[in-house]
Amino acid sequence: MRRTFVALIVALVAARAQAQPGVRIGLTYAPGVKPGVVLTLVGGVLGDSASVIVRRDLDFGDRVTVIAAGGTLSPATTQGKVPNYALLAKLGAAGLVQLEIANGRLRSTVHDVGAQRVIDTLSVATPAGGPTRAWRAAVHRLSDEVERVLTGTAGVASSRMAYVKAGRTWLVDSDGAFPEAVSDGSALSPAWRRDGGALAWTTLTSAGSRIQIKELASGRVQSLVATPDGLNITPTWTNDGNAIVYAHGLENGTDLWIASVTGGEARRVTVGRGSDNTSPTVSPDGRRVAFTSGRTGHPDLYVADLDGTNTDALTDIGLDEDSYRAGPDWSGDGRAIAFATRISGQFQVAVLSLRDRAVRVLTSDGKNEDPSWAPDGRHLVFTSTRTGSSELWVVDSESGRVRQLTRDRGARLAAWGPRLPATP
Amino acid sequence: MMTSPMTSRASRLLAGTVALALAFAAACAKKPETAPAPAEAPAVAAAPTNTAASTAAAADSAAARARREAANKLKAREDSIAAAKALASKTAAELKTALLATVWFDYDRAELRDDTRAALEAKLPILQANSALRVRVQGHTDERGSDEYNLALGQRRAASVKRFFTDRGIDERRLDVVSFGRERPAATGEDDASRAKNRRAEFEILAGGEALAGPR
Repeated sequence: MRRTFVALIVALVAARAQAQPGVRIGLTYAPGVKPGVVLTLVGGVLGDSASVIVRRDLDFGDRVTVIAAGGTLSPATTQGKVPNYALLAKLGAAGLVQLEIANGRLRSTVHDVGAQRVIDTLSVATPAGGPTRAWRAAVHRLSDEVERVLTGTAGVASSRMAYVKAGRTWLVDSDGAFPEAVSDGSALSPAWRRDGGALAWTTLTSAGSRIQIKELASGRVQSLVATPDGLNITPTWTNDGNAIVYAHGLENGTDLWIASVTGGEARRVTVGRGSDNTSPTVSPDGRRVAFTSGRTGHPDLYVADLDGTNTDALTDIGLDEDSYRAGPDWSGDGRAIAFATRISGQFQVAVLSLRDRAVRVLTSDGKNEDPSWAPDGRHLVFTSTRTGSSELWVVDSESGRVRQLTRDRGARLAAWGPRLPATP
Repeated sequence: MMTSPMTSRASRLLAGTVALALAFAAACAKKPETAPAPAEAPAVAAAPTNTAASTAAAADSAAARARREAANKLKAREDSIAAAKALASKTAAELKTALLATVWFDYDRAELRDDTRAALEAKLPILQANSALRVRVQGHTDERGSDEYNLALGQRRAASVKRFFTDRGIDERRLDVVSFGRERPAATGEDDASRAKNRRAEFEILAGGEALAGPR
């Protein structure tokens, strides 16, 4: 075991020396560079579980490279609690994260290896009773904070996704753990309130479709009754959480409407003159709405002010018979809109940069659609058929790295929720 | 050999119309025992190939001719009230089948095709003759396109069908529309034939469908 480990160190040092001779390693985050991090832990079986989760969270974050983790590393890299910075630097580590689980808390001490000092210490309360959902959520929150200390940007491990499978809305942790059904019946298109405390979705019955809202804490479900008849689909929340923007259609096309969640009349946003306008997504500043519209023939992406004025096409209008762009989602930093675009008869996930209107296609394998941004404005969850059945996948929009989130057969229409607030 | 330049569309339309005319003729002739297939006519009219439609139409008219002769003979013998009642129920069932026959659409379109229009024409007299009849039109799409946008497309298809009837004097309160997008496919394949079957409007009786009267 030890011999293997020594061999590994030698290999790592050699690789590092060859790749970057003379480069000083520091904890400065730059795009495309993933600083190496070593993870150590103290604290028995739960400590092992915590270490596995933190390591995976940092890995899924795509901002650092976890060079090594686990108990076997501890004696070599630290003497007592004092890290062997020189050895860590030779391993290629820019950071060291020491995890310790004791007295119902998980602590982490984050070191800058180059500067040979502690940057920050963090701790979260870990609920008793082992790796329950609440316990894992606490570890995920610590991971997100560790990532913030290491890179300047918090991770998204503590967030959850809503999605649809077999007609019901489900929630799942960002690492695919603890799927949980939160709706009955025939639900579609779940959308998070910005605070993560409520979801809206479409419920499809034999008589028509309605928008339903569920408060997650109380479990209370209410219907949006401003437009009781016809088609009521694709809800999204305004940033203050007071209103829903959605697509409503009777017999002359489908337009975007906005209605207060507390009742009152709905106001029409778009005037599509008989065309179909669906799938709104509100800009982070709350002033604009992007949506899918078939007003010029094929479905395409448009943007308008939330009062319906200043409508503009977001992309060149697709004149090709096969052209089809749909399902926009505005990133949390406001800089990009993810959507699905048809290429050679198959949907692929693409990102439109709002600065220069450049489009980058992120997928190519199978049918990939309905992207939804993570709170970091970097990762996207989407539906893919690349395994032969419909599953949720996550892609890092910077590196293109993908991972499979669900193994559910039929999961689709995912919405990535906000980071969960810490429980006291 | 027939060398008529008749288009496939026209021949389909004719096939549908002939079958339909025979259906109503048969219904009026009060024949109790025979089992005509008039309600199938709209479906046949929508068959994807010309040859299939023509063959089916030919078979239909031959069979219907034979049935009509048999019906005439029967009519001479049949005079019991029981037989008349049996006839009434059968006719209503046939009308119901015609009313509920599915109609189809082209890809990404909600406009009515000629064969769809012909099938709706067949339903119109039934709606006209039964003023208590309320119907829900369900719009559906194939699996291409986005799940969400397809719901709007299905709504537009159902609305097109409704407009066909309201333009011809049917009270709009008698027609509900609903869309299921791609959520309730009729065929699960991802081939062209399955897709063609899924781009459709279905009909559901909400009220007044118990004893449908034939057109006068």
